[in-house]
Amino acid sequence: MSTIDSKIPKGPLAEKWTNYKNTQKLVNPANKRRLDIIVIGTGLAGASAAATLGELGFNVLNFCMQDSPRRAHSIAAQGGINAAKNYQNDGDSIYRLFYDTIKGGDYRAREANVYRLAEVSNNIIDQCVAQGVPFAREYGGTLANRSFGGAQVSRTFYAKGQTGQQLLLGAYSALSRQIQKGSVKEYTRREVLDIVLIDGRARGVIVRNMTNGKIERYAAHAVVMATGGYGNAYFLSTNAMHSNGSVAIQAYRKGAYFANPCYVQIHPTCIPVHGDYQSKLTLMSESLRNDGRIWVPKKKEDAEAIRAGKLKPTQIKEEDRDYYLERRYPAFGNLVPRDVASRAAKERCDAGYGVAPSGLAVYLDFSEAINRLGKDAIKAKYGNLFQMYEKIADENPYETPMMIYPAIHYTMGGIWVDYELQTSIPGLFAIGECNFSDHGANRLGASALMQGLADGYFVLPYTIQNYLSDQIQVPRFSVDTPEFEEAERSVVEKENRILNIQGHRTVDSIHKDLGHIMWEYVGMGRTKESLETAIEKLKDLKKEFWSNVYVPGKVEDLNIELGKALRLADFIEIGELIAHDALNRNESCGGHFREEYQTPEGEALRQDEEYSYVSCWKYTGEGSAPELLKEPLDYEFTERKTRNYKN
Amino acid sequence: MSLFLTQSSIGRKLVMSITGLFLILFLTFHMCMNLVAILSAEGYNAICEFLGANWYALVGTAVLAAGFIIHIIYAFWLTVQNRAARGADRYAVVDKPKDVEWASQNMLALGIIMLAFLGLHLYHFWSKMQLVDLIEMAGGDVCSQALENTTNGFYHIVNTFSSPINTLLYIIALAALWFHLSHGFWSALQTIGFNNTTWFDRIKWIGRIWATIVVLGFIVTIVMFFLDGFFGLNILPLLGA
Amino acid sequence: MAKSINITLKVWRQKDAKSKGHFETYHLENISTDSSFLEMLDILNEKLVDEHKEPIAFDHDCREGICGMCSLYINGHPHGYESEVTTCQLHMRKFKDGDVITVEPWRSRAFPVIRDLMVDRGAYDKIMQAGGYISVNTGGTPDANAIPISKEIADEAMDAATCIGCGACAAACKNGSAMLFVSAKVSQLALLPQGKLEAARRAKAMVAKMDELGFGNCTNTGACAAECPKSISLSNIARLNREFLCAKLKD
Ligand SMILES: Cc1cc2nc3c(=O)[nH]c(=O)nc-3n(C[C@H](O)[C@H](O)[C@H](O)COP(=O)(O)OP(=O)(O)OC[C@H]3O[C@@H](n4cnc5c(N)ncnc54)[C@H](O)[C@@H]3O)c2cc1C
Ligand code: HEM
Ligand code: SF4
Ligand code: FES
Repeated sequence: MSTIDSKIPKGPLAEKWTNYKNTQKLVNPANKRRLDIIVIGTGLAGASAAATLGELGFNVLNFCMQDSPRRAHSIAAQGGINAAKNYQNDGDSIYRLFYDTIKGGDYRAREANVYRLAEVSNNIIDQCVAQGVPFAREYGGTLANRSFGGAQVSRTFYAKGQTGQQLLLGAYSALSRQIQKGSVKEYTRREVLDIVLIDGRARGVIVRNMTNGKIERYAAHAVVMATGGYGNAYFLSTNAMHSNGSVAIQAYRKGAYFANPCYVQIHPTCIPVHGDYQSKLTLMSESLRNDGRIWVPKKKEDAEAIRAGKLKPTQIKEEDRDYYLERRYPAFGNLVPRDVASRAAKERCDAGYGVAPSGLAVYLDFSEAINRLGKDAIKAKYGNLFQMYEKIADENPYETPMMIYPAIHYTMGGIWVDYELQTSIPGLFAIGECNFSDHGANRLGASALMQGLADGYFVLPYTIQNYLSDQIQVPRFSVDTPEFEEAERSVVEKENRILNIQGHRTVDSIHKDLGHIMWEYVGMGRTKESLETAIEKLKDLKKEFWSNVYVPGKVEDLNIELGKALRLADFIEIGELIAHDALNRNESCGGHFREEYQTPEGEALRQDEEYSYVSCWKYTGEGSAPELLKEPLDYEFTERKTRNYKN
Repeated sequence: MSLFLTQSSIGRKLVMSITGLFLILFLTFHMCMNLVAILSAEGYNAICEFLGANWYALVGTAVLAAGFIIHIIYAFWLTVQNRAARGADRYAVVDKPKDVEWASQNMLALGIIMLAFLGLHLYHFWSKMQLVDLIEMAGGDVCSQALENTTNGFYHIVNTFSSPINTLLYIIALAALWFHLSHGFWSALQTIGFNNTTWFDRIKWIGRIWATIVVLGFIVTIVMFFLDGFFGLNILPLLGA
Repeated sequence: MAKSINITLKVWRQKDAKSKGHFETYHLENISTDSSFLEMLDILNEKLVDEHKEPIAFDHDCREGICGMCSLYINGHPHGYESEVTTCQLHMRKFKDGDVITVEPWRSRAFPVIRDLMVDRGAYDKIMQAGGYISVNTGGTPDANAIPISKEIADEAMDAATCIGCGACAAACKNGSAMLFVSAKVSQLALLPQGKLEAARRAKAMVAKMDELGFGNCTNTGACAAECPKSISLSNIARLNREFLCAKLKD
């Protein structure tokens, strides 16, 4: 049995990263030029890593599926990015950001990683400002902050409701500069279909050119995956249409461990589902909970009348409204962490107090804030989000409360990495949302952007050198080796296999079935029974896919359906992993809520004695159950408590 | 450095803008001069004499002609480049956004109307005035009647606008000019970078008002002379011959 | 409230940049007015796939108006008639029962068609690579609050920075000009003290690249700003002109 070595440096928490940097091996400038690095992805993690590695002098090959690196899914992040600057003088510190993140993650993250994240968070803000990211400012010219869920300080930096966009454009501009210089070569509209290993090390990728279906091979000394999260396994999510888990699954099949797949974040404030033609869900940023108050009617009759269209929310009197978050969690109120807020919404709707015709929605109400601060102030803060809501829901949120409901948003689980962000395959690194590292069982708002940029700008460019330093003697690789031949052959075979099924179901229709199974049985509230049902249903669905999918067109051509089918095959596999992991984890923690494990008040009940470990799933071959390896989580520096957002 | 005036898009636009502004300035003077004709034939002819075939007037004419020619050459050049930049396939359905002025999309057409008119205008006036002087100076054969009238601008005005057709053609051309300037004025300032959010609408309005004043000034002169001649009122010039 | 409508679509189909394209007509029934325009196209594509025909290729990703990947020239307007939205934010409630909707790709020499409604906007990336950045390496930057920036300036820079690089400006422009896009980036960076140092170099490099790639000369018609889903202002173009001309005159 393999053992897990997370390579955490020795020493006190606050000195680990410094110690690591002081003693790690580096690559000298002349040798950097001789080393090639493949970076898959141009989101915050990928773009920042590719740009920084290019600046350092490495030779970088950078891939993305979109037509431009600037369009990676990170662009959609709205609310903000955390950092422990303490510019507001409200008691923030690196330790407090670390502590909030550990606690928010329900004590299922690695202490050393999280502390490092909090430590470099401040550098990120400096870096972005120097790049020209137009963060919001006060009249005096200093940077402004807002607060996010799970924190009692204001440490979130933002650029209107488009923080992800501005941060990504910053990273993209740094990347563009390196492309101009020639240190980074950009490959757009390319989909990585496999990772090539030579002698057990990651040495290259097999890529499908999405404009003509041609297969291309690329070799390098190391491969970095920054491919984002796998939330689209649920079909409907807040993720972009191209977000996928395929590279993660290929890495997993090649021996990288898949860690904590069941930790999936369900975001409480999304625009509710309104039809079966729907292709995705739209997030309404968590920042709205700074000023919006969440409620449902106190009386069931009122809720029923609203659902039937006989009553308007504005007609419900103040005393007949149930501000259930403020009621249940007086200390944090509307700003409880996401998992808590989502479950509370589901609880109210399940109890029959939901609004919207489907009964699956609650109100997010700004009337009080508008009265207090004025419409203009609210518009300045959230204008673009309100506009976005109005376009979709056809209702004016300045006049009537928004309707929201939880939706799949983020995946804390992902490819396992050690302290150096290296996977269990030597030479294969994973950064950003696609790794499992820093958020434990639940991510706090505004921390994904922080983690993506921390990994890409400030962590990986160091740690990867520790690996590459003994690779300087290795000459550039040819892509004509048997390993590349074999990898390409199996990719083409898979494509042909899918194309030759010529069944009766479209890819999307099967994907929607997958989504229903996942949401129904592996969603917000899971039970042993529901998970077992899911596993059975997923088996059937897999069969259905491999025997009845229909993909038109040719392999060697622009073929959108084929691309979707390849990704769907992997989503089904991820679905199985999520269900397996959820079934294994007999406790509730963060985004993973097993209904069997809750307190009498309905709060998540952890089982620290048994489950204080990272579940690392190891591929054991087609059709055989994955093997579970455990990385124990020892809390040396923090005391584990039951999360309490009440007082 | 000056290569950018031909090699970069903004440089080419700068040339359009400077020549355009220069032409606006010229037209403004021209319009004021015409107003003089309403008041006094003598005064007007004095200006004509001043602008006859002497060195400064010739230099002025040459500069003016150069301004026109450069403006026109660049206009065609830019338009050809711009059409090419659209690519081979045209849109099947086009619908002008409401914020886009019609004139701005038809500057060349308006320019061509003005160009045709310019020919007519040069024939009516310049060919009978400065050109005759020039031919004569060059030792050409000119009849004495023509020579006498080279500084009698007033005579040519009366002559030209006694015809309703000429009057109509001039008014059409002036309408085209109005449209050209209603966009051209602010566009020229925008091109040289003289604009910002606060001044945006103000400059547009200044442009429209300026264009209206210039064009109205011309039209007033023309219409008065036409009415005067056509109905034989003989009240012009107002201050007597 | 949701109802459903029947519509006729005339969609441009084109194999690749070199092939000749043509319109094809499709009838769609019972389209929910709550669905988005792209979801309507999804429904059409599902239908085409069911009939074993090739689905229509079009670009999209975030479907919430921020990535800039969706395009489409709908009934004579990039991103459709409605202002301040991208195609993915356009909803079918804006159309009436029986409408005929013509859908074309962006047409501009610098944006060659890849297939059907999908075009190559790589030219915008190339312009950015020519100078759309502040030359700062990772690390060693001063504290974020070291240089105060007035709220007005920061807000104005932010307004320019909201450009999503969708290409609607060049697609809408009768001159195929990319000035709005270029001016947005030049403005954002020229306004901020961090970007001022390189402002002249940046303006020259980006304009030179834009010209080289075959975009047209701006004649200030303003169709770009009228169609821009992010309401990027024409005053940015004035600033670009200013930056560029000052830089050239100093040479
Ligand atoms: C609507 C929304 C709002 C959010 N708001 C916030 C927020 O306010 N604050 C916050 O901290 N976090 C937020 N998040 C989360 C955060 O945006 C993401 O976790 C983060 O941006 C992920 O970045 P990434 O670089 O890891 O991956 P991504 O940005 O997802 O990038 C993935 C990249 O990988 C490429 N790729 C994927 N597969 C392949 C393949 N097979 N071949 C080649 N390339 C591939 C893609 O093309 C893309 O370039 C939000 C998320 C969503 C969905
Ligand atoms: C009395 C004569 C004229 C005046 C006062 C004039 C003035 C102007 C001005 C001020 C502009 C705006 C320049 C800018 O946007 O920077 C302009 C643009 C233009 N003019 Fe003229 N013009 C005149 C004659 C002509 C003629 C004769 C033609 C063509 C045959 C012409 C064609 C154009 C075109 C095509 C443009 C638009 C090009 C652009 O904006 O870059 N103009 N003109
Ligand atoms: S300026 Fe507007 S239209 Fe042009 S690319 Fe940017 S967002 Fe799109
Ligand atoms: S799909 Fe992203 S902007 Fe439309």
